Amino acid sequence: MNSAPEAHITHRHEEIMANIQRRRIRGKVWQVLFYLATTIAVLALVVLILNIFNSVFGYVLIQNEVEPETLVASGNLADMQNTELIALLEENLSTGLIRRFNSEELLEERTTKDLALLVQQRIINPTIIESWSMVESIFDQDAIRATQAEYSGAVLQFRSWLTADFLRSPQNPRPQFAGIRTAFLGSLWMILIVMAVSFPIGVASAIYLEEYARADKWYNRIIEVNIYNLAGVPSIIFGLLGLAIFVRLLGGLTQGRTIISAGMTLALLILPIIIINSREAIKAVPASLRESSYGIGATKWQTIWHHVLPASFDRILTGTILAISRAVGETAPLVVVGASTFITVDPDSIFSKFTTLPIQIYQWSARPQEQFRNVAGAAIIVLLVLMLSMNAAAIITRNRIAKNRRV
Amino acid sequence: MSDSRGDTPRQVDFSRKTRTHEQVIQWFLFLCAALSILVTIGIVYELLKESWLFFGDPEVSLWEFVSGTEWQPVIGQLGIWPLLSATLMTSSIAILVAFPLGMMVAVYLSEYASPQVRGTLKPILEVLAGIPTVVYGYFAVTFMTPLLQSIFGNDIVDVYNTASAGIVMGILILPLISSMTEDALSAVPRSLREASFALGSTKMETSMQIVLPAAFSGIAAAFIVALSRAVGETMIVALAAGAGPNFTLNPFEGAETLTGYIVRISGGDISYNSIDYNSIFALGLVLFLITLTLNIISRRIVEKYREVYE
Repeated sequence: MNSAPEAHITHRHEEIMANIQRRRIRGKVWQVLFYLATTIAVLALVVLILNIFNSVFGYVLIQNEVEPETLVASGNLADMQNTELIALLEENLSTGLIRRFNSEELLEERTTKDLALLVQQRIINPTIIESWSMVESIFDQDAIRATQAEYSGAVLQFRSWLTADFLRSPQNPRPQFAGIRTAFLGSLWMILIVMAVSFPIGVASAIYLEEYARADKWYNRIIEVNIYNLAGVPSIIFGLLGLAIFVRLLGGLTQGRTIISAGMTLALLILPIIIINSREAIKAVPASLRESSYGIGATKWQTIWHHVLPASFDRILTGTILAISRAVGETAPLVVVGASTFITVDPDSIFSKFTTLPIQIYQWSARPQEQFRNVAGAAIIVLLVLMLSMNAAAIITRNRIAKNRRV
Repeated sequence: MSDSRGDTPRQVDFSRKTRTHEQVIQWFLFLCAALSILVTIGIVYELLKESWLFFGDPEVSLWEFVSGTEWQPVIGQLGIWPLLSATLMTSSIAILVAFPLGMMVAVYLSEYASPQVRGTLKPILEVLAGIPTVVYGYFAVTFMTPLLQSIFGNDIVDVYNTASAGIVMGILILPLISSMTEDALSAVPRSLREASFALGSTKMETSMQIVLPAAFSGIAAAFIVALSRAVGETMIVALAAGAGPNFTLNPFEGAETLTGYIVRISGGDISYNSIDYNSIFALGLVLFLITLTLNIISRRIVEKYREVYE
């Protein structure tokens, strides 16, 4: 009599258990998907970094026009005296070329290192026939040897494209001599200008919006909405603004496509970010601090200057440095403002023509020759190290100030 | 805003008249803040002025600009669609890659990961977000394009193609989506999750059917902000997507985007008041309007659909 409902209950029970099982499995499947997605994201970063190193280190096949052994017995240019090097240059190069070098800087006055570099570039004149990535250099050695056999006299060399010479030399149309000196200096100039312009204006705006502005006034609301909208404008639009205002309209003051025009453009670009970050920092200062300052009779500005700013300065500084490190990596607005495509002279004032690290990376990556990819990879490492050290500086400063803070 | 300190007494007001330097400082601070308005006015004015000159040119017709499918300024063909379609292609591919991945990363970080794991993964994603876009462009050219070519074959995948640019752009905006979504998810109060668990839901059901819908406004905002970022992204497409306008829907063909065109034209020596110079401002205006609209929509969504708890 009871068997029917009992069977029904067991059946129900099984159904429920099966259902729970199904739901658990579905949960597991999704969890695996979540893990997978996160792994992909982390993997992307790893591959991105490895890919850079992959092209910076690897075999190159070099052929010299003149073997160094025929110039000096030891084959090492560093063993030679200045006079010997000059004699070598005068012997092997046309008088026109020697005259040009002399007009840049007298050969007699140059350092041994410079002269050796000239001999290296102009007489020995190594040409890179082919270059291989790190992965190819490790796993594809047979093919590399086969290519080497096709060229007589060519030397196979394991080369790091990131060398001290790469940091020291200016630009060069040939990848094996190309360097980032001018670009690196350009980036440093850019940092200085951006910092000098956007930091005071950004912090001042943040103080106004946090401490003075009354929310019920229409103009304050406009300023606030406007800053958020500006933060979302693509950087290339700021490039167009810089081109129209700083390069063209104010061309008399800025002398056109110069460091100052580019620096101002970048300063305007990161201004909204600095304002937003600084406001967050000021907002975090407890109201009790302000009230106790008012309580002992301080004016509004005295309160801000002596209490609010010191208490929030570490956060303001961190936010600013992070914003500036973003400016260091910007490329598009600088291309639009008019970065120089090829300069070999160091920038020496804010009215110099300029190029920066990202611009160099862009130009080298856009070229079809394989070797410029290697050079671009080396420049990327320099750029990333520069940005990393800025971020590290931000963290260290923050910690140091935070330790000394009274609150 | 100041209403957050509504309890701050404004007792300094009575002494204002006698303290001129305080007044001067306040004016100076106000001017600094107002500078941002000036920047906006500058952008809008210059874009409109040059666009006005562009459309005032007898060779240019507004109708052809919004409907034409050829962009060849040299022979007077000025239809925006080849550039616009390439921008839409790269942005859609980027969103297709980044949105599902970013959402899943966010759910994992907010619902599944232990605090230690979250503490390691979040900085890694921030590093990904902080890498300059030109480095991503380099990555697209030296890694993604050869990868696609080895998968699909050299004759199908061009050296410059929108697929490679789009996928790499997806990696670029992934941290943006995941961090905005994660913020939205962690803003959902714990009580909602506990109520769901108490009713017998599994962790996955709670995450997908309770927490995600509750954070809808934040997720929608993340989607739109990421889209706006993708539309305005320049260096990846300039390096990887191709250097010639091409009206195509094939992701393996090269096609120049709005931003790619602006960068290529202004990278050369460009003379003022030429049709090239004016055209980049007209295209800049289109780009500005698209991103501005997207940003305004995202703010509206956050304001309108935000679920307020307790």
